[in-house]
Amino acid sequence: MALVDVSHLVKRFVRGGGLLRRGTTVNAVDDVSFAIDEGETFGLVGESGSGKTTTGRCLLRLIEPTAGSVTFRGEDVLALSRARMRLARRDMQIVFQDPYSSLNPRMRARQIVEEPLVIHGLGAKEARLERVAELFRLVGLDTAHLERYPHEFSGGQRQRIGLARALALNPSFLVLDEPVSALDVSVQAQVVNLLLDLQQQLKLTYLFIAHDLRLVEHISNRVAVMYLGKIVETGPTAALFASPQHPYTRALLSAIPVADPDAHKRRIVLDPASVNRAAPLREIAAGHWAAI
Amino acid sequence: MLEVSGLTTVFDLASGPAAAVDDVSFEVRAGETLGLVGESGSGKSVTALSIMRLVQPPGRIAGGRVRFKGRELLTLSERDIRAIRGAEIALIFQEPMTALNPVFTIGDQIAEALLVHGKATRREAASKVVELLEAVRIPDAAARARDYPHQLSGGMRQRVLIAMAIACKPSLVIADEPTTALDVTIQAEMLDLLREMKAAFNLSLLLITHDLGVIAETADRVAVMYAGRIVEHGPVRAIFRDPQHPYTRGLLRSMPGAADRGRLRAIDGTVPVLGAFPPGCAFHPRCPDRFEPCSTTPPSELRVGDAHAARCYLNDPSQVASRASRGSDHASPTTGRQSRTDGAR
Repeated sequence: MALVDVSHLVKRFVRGGGLLRRGTTVNAVDDVSFAIDEGETFGLVGESGSGKTTTGRCLLRLIEPTAGSVTFRGEDVLALSRARMRLARRDMQIVFQDPYSSLNPRMRARQIVEEPLVIHGLGAKEARLERVAELFRLVGLDTAHLERYPHEFSGGQRQRIGLARALALNPSFLVLDEPVSALDVSVQAQVVNLLLDLQQQLKLTYLFIAHDLRLVEHISNRVAVMYLGKIVETGPTAALFASPQHPYTRALLSAIPVADPDAHKRRIVLDPASVNRAAPLREIAAGHWAAI
Repeated sequence: MLEVSGLTTVFDLASGPAAAVDDVSFEVRAGETLGLVGESGSGKSVTALSIMRLVQPPGRIAGGRVRFKGRELLTLSERDIRAIRGAEIALIFQEPMTALNPVFTIGDQIAEALLVHGKATRREAASKVVELLEAVRIPDAAARARDYPHQLSGGMRQRVLIAMAIACKPSLVIADEPTTALDVTIQAEMLDLLREMKAAFNLSLLLITHDLGVIAETADRVAVMYAGRIVEHGPVRAIFRDPQHPYTRGLLRSMPGAADRGRLRAIDGTVPVLGAFPPGCAFHPRCPDRFEPCSTTPPSELRVGDAHAARCYLNDPSQVASRASRGSDHASPTTGRQSRTDGAR
C-alpha cells in the first residue's frame, strides 16, 4: 500500500473580487491524483504557476484543499480533527526553499530546532537539548554552533538547520519544496547528498518539488509533471525522461540548458493549441501515464 | 572591443578594505559572447558595475584599466560616461520588475532611452518603440507599448528590457543573470532571442551567470570567477572538456547529470564571503589537490592551452616537481575526493 495517496485533489483560489464584484476562480490544483510508496522519492516538477507548491502544502494541510482526499498510512488526513492533525504532522514535515526567510532571525539555531519538540510537549529540557545536539550531528552541523543565530551560518548550513528542525519529531515523510534552489551551485550537491544519506539512514519518503529537472531526474524514483494545475504526465523517472509523451513535457525537457557546448539540441516549442486540457491520463507503458 | 586589465574594486568594510574584484583582466572581442561564471560573492556582478562605473559606496574602484573602443572609461568625466552608458554599452539586469519603472508605460520608458541619447526625435520615437518591441517579438506591439510593467508576464518584461538595451544600437551588452528569475521554457526563449539580437545587431555580449548550462549554450569564451579573481579562462569547449582549475572541475563534476544516480560529487566547504577570503589561492581550503604554497601565495596566471589559462600551481611544472620531491602531502592528485559536509567544523 502507498504511504501517501492523493486523489482528485482540488484547490481553488478566488482572485480579485470585492464587495460588489465576484472574483474569478482559479484552479491552482485541478484534479490531481498520485501515490507515493514508502521509501521512495517522488518528484513533482513544473514551472511557476503549475500548482506544484500548492499541492505539497495541501498534503500537509498548510493550505486547506477545496476537494479531494489525501490519505497517509491509510488514514484520511483531510478528515482529521485539529488535535489529531497535530499528531499526524509529527510524521509529515516540510522543508522550505529559502533558508534565509524560513528561519526566524531572532531565534538561536538551537531554539529553532528545539521548537517542534516544545510545541509537541516532548521530553524534559535536558532530553530535548540532547536531541537537538543529536540532530545537529545528523545533518552535519557543528554542535559548537548551537547558540548562533541564522545569519551567522552560510546558506547551505541554514538549509541544514531547516532540515534538522523538520527531522526533530522523527517523521517518515518529508515534503521538500525546492530545497536546494536558493543555494550556490557548489553547495547544492552537498545538501543533495545529505538528503540521500538521511533517506537511507532514517528510511524517509520524499515528495521532492523542484523546477530543476536535472536534479529531479537524478534523485527521483518516479516523477509527475504539472502544467496549469494538472498532472499531464507521470511515470518512472528513466522512462519519462527517455521518452516524454505529453507536448508540455517534451517542450520542458528540450528547454533545459545542457552543460555541454557540443550537445545537439533541438528545442521543442510548446504550441498551447496542441494541449488538450480535458484529456485524461492514460497508461502508455508500465506505470507511465500521459494526458494525451 | 572591451579590454579590462588589472581591475580592482574594493569595499570599505568595518573590518577594513576588501577586494571584491581583485586584479581582474579579460577582453570581449567584437561580435563574441564572453561568459563570466561564478557563485554568489565571486565578484562577477561587481565587475559589471565597475565597467559601467556604477559601483556605490562603500565600494570603490581602486585600480586597473577599462578600455572600450580605445577609450579609457575609468577616467572619463561623469558626463562622458553617461553618454556611453545605455547608448554604447547597455545593461540587462536579473530582475525585470525592479529595472522597469512601475509608473510609466513600457513605451514611454523605451522612448525615454532613445530621447536621452538623441537617437530619435519625439515624433519618431513612438514608431521606433513599436519597431523595437516587434524586434524582440512582442505580439501586438503597438498596444503593448501602452501597457505598464505589471501588466506583462515575466518573460515579456525581460523582452522589454532587451528592447530597451538594443534601443540605442549599443555595440556591447552586459547581461547580469538575465534569465535567472525565469522559468526554464521562458529562459530558453530569452537565450534564443539574445542570440538572435546579437547576430542581427552585431553585438558583443558579456553574459554573467552562475548557470553552466546557460554558459555552454551561449558563450564563445568563458571566464570563471572565484572570490574576486578569474581563476580560469578559455574557449568554451576547452573549459567544459578540459577544465584546468580544480574549482572549475569541481563545479562541472558536482552537477546532477555528471554522475549516475546516487551521491553527487560535491565540493567541500562553503563559498567564502567578502572580507573573509582565504589567503593564497582563495579556493585552497576547499581544494582536493592543495599543496604548499597554495595557502600562502596566490598563483599567477599560467597558460594551459590555446588561449586557455588557469591560476593553479598544478599547472606550474616547477611547483609540481618540488611537491613531488617533498613527498606529496596529498595522496590523490587530481581525482577529486567525495565530499562530506559544508564545513561547519
